[in-house]
Amino acid sequence: MSRVFMKGCEAIAEAAVRAGCRFFAGYPITPQNEIPEYFARRMPEVSGTFVQGESEVASISMVYGAASAGTRAMTSSSSPGIALKSEGISYCAAARIPMVYSNISRGGPGVGSIQPAQMDYLQATKASGNGGFEMMVFAPASVQEAVDMTYKAFDYADRDRNPVLILADGVIGTMMEPVVLPEMKTEEEINEIKNAKKVWSCTGHKLDYKNRAWIEPGHWLTSDMQRANEEAEKLYESWKADVMVEEYETEDAEVVITAYGISARIAKSAVNILRKEGIKAGLIRPITLHPFPYDSFDKLDYKKVKAVLDVEMSIPAQFVQDVEIAIKDRCPIHTCLCSGGNIMSRESIIEAVRKIYS
Amino acid sequence: MEQIYARTKTIQEDKVSGFCPGCMHGTVMKLIGEVLEEMDLVDKAVCTLGIGCCGLQMDYIAYDNITSPHGRACAVATGIKRSNPDSLVFTYQGDGDFASIGLAESVSAANRGENISVIFINNGIYGMTGGQMAPTTLVGMKASTAPNGRDPKEHGYPMHMCEVLNELTAPVYLERTSCNTPGNVVKTKKAIRKAFQNQLDGKGFSMVEVVTSCPTNWGMDALKALDYIEENMLPEFPLGVIRDR
Repeated sequence: MSRVFMKGCEAIAEAAVRAGCRFFAGYPITPQNEIPEYFARRMPEVSGTFVQGESEVASISMVYGAASAGTRAMTSSSSPGIALKSEGISYCAAARIPMVYSNISRGGPGVGSIQPAQMDYLQATKASGNGGFEMMVFAPASVQEAVDMTYKAFDYADRDRNPVLILADGVIGTMMEPVVLPEMKTEEEINEIKNAKKVWSCTGHKLDYKNRAWIEPGHWLTSDMQRANEEAEKLYESWKADVMVEEYETEDAEVVITAYGISARIAKSAVNILRKEGIKAGLIRPITLHPFPYDSFDKLDYKKVKAVLDVEMSIPAQFVQDVEIAIKDRCPIHTCLCSGGNIMSRESIIEAVRKIYS
Repeated sequence: MEQIYARTKTIQEDKVSGFCPGCMHGTVMKLIGEVLEEMDLVDKAVCTLGIGCCGLQMDYIAYDNITSPHGRACAVATGIKRSNPDSLVFTYQGDGDFASIGLAESVSAANRGENISVIFINNGIYGMTGGQMAPTTLVGMKASTAPNGRDPKEHGYPMHMCEVLNELTAPVYLERTSCNTPGNVVKTKKAIRKAFQNQLDGKGFSMVEVVTSCPTNWGMDALKALDYIEENMLPEFPLGVIRDR
């Protein structure tokens, strides 16, 4: 496996290709244009399809179609564009269609700012569209993680027949880092994956009333709708086993920082500096934002922990709402925030921890 | 005795139609099914349904189908056809779906020359939601959201989708038919066959616009609705082949 130097967006696209993604549709929006541009170059080389949709709304519908026909499919956008895609995302979740999408998020609300931000947390984890569906949400803190998660996301999507979201930010998307790319799936493997979906996918079936493919993003009968909701709920519950989290220096920690994505990466370096100063800082970094690693907060020794510091690039804070649920009033929660496209500074985190410590 | 006609097997036998009396969705559904059987395409067919009364058939048809978000059928069909070129992919959409909320998806798919077939049902009104004004509602025609009738000063004029798409370079076949007479039903079937054959031949985007009735929301019985088509709809939406390349 080779080590290459790649930009986050392009690395995400290459990881998807290697995972067997053979359909991508997207619409230009900063800061993720390198994703559709990369696919436009790369897809013809692997007999895949790239379509520049007329809008985000159309692009996600194209992905809904391609994925319903059994193909591993992906779309990407950034915050305001993701809001537009919520229609199709909800349809995929309702019809239990596996697909992957990435949000290289930027400042908001509205058209917001084109610089990196973490202002889509609640949208990503609680309500990415109408109807109360849920998705696994991954939050990479490096280009390598973005690659690994994107590659894995297709397996989770197929396992669950559900959309999976890679929630990155403009830093991860536009930063260049060395990465080890995963193995390229062979044509045989890709065909095998597609054939395994034949039973339910819209690829044409012999005339047989029972065996046709029927992609249903809704139901006429309320009893059928409730049953579909209950089955989905069972799936969502099962994700407790899929929680991914990094716990760093938490065992004896007196101040526990919690953050995800690029904020967590910056916070981690703050922990190292604080430890050198003799301040017992630690970090809980959810890698899956949904399912959320509540257990990591239960494991803390609250006799020692003075406070938890929530660090995120969103004003008002959003991630903190899950942190509050996790802490259950066992210690005070402080915040260290920036927003609007400003990137979290290590100094402000260190300052906030020192303040709590003194 | 020799059997010369049978109900198409592409409509499930045990299902009871939920379409209103005089509705022509059932007629077009039957025609599509007959064409699929005659062309031996049933096991390749993927129907991309719009939202509205057009989507009711999801429960009746026996071939693969997917319900699209409202208006997005041409985008969904693009995804299906591009990733599985061997499938016979067609959309089935009403006027609200194809010409209003889905205008961008419809025009863009046509402009890309997607190798799909579109069956566009134009009855000048929103059916399922209860008779609201459509882009195709005739001037003066009453709708629940235009209680005094469509007024061009406020609502503009009916949209002619065949002619709109005829402005584009890529589409290969655009025909407007109706199902108001036995002769026109036969012509509609022929047009559907042509649209499917074009797709098999890899020619590109084909659309059949079928002018139909909605007796329920037009507020008249089924027979009067047939007269209404002849006297009011067809002068506004003239039948014929608009493009055949």
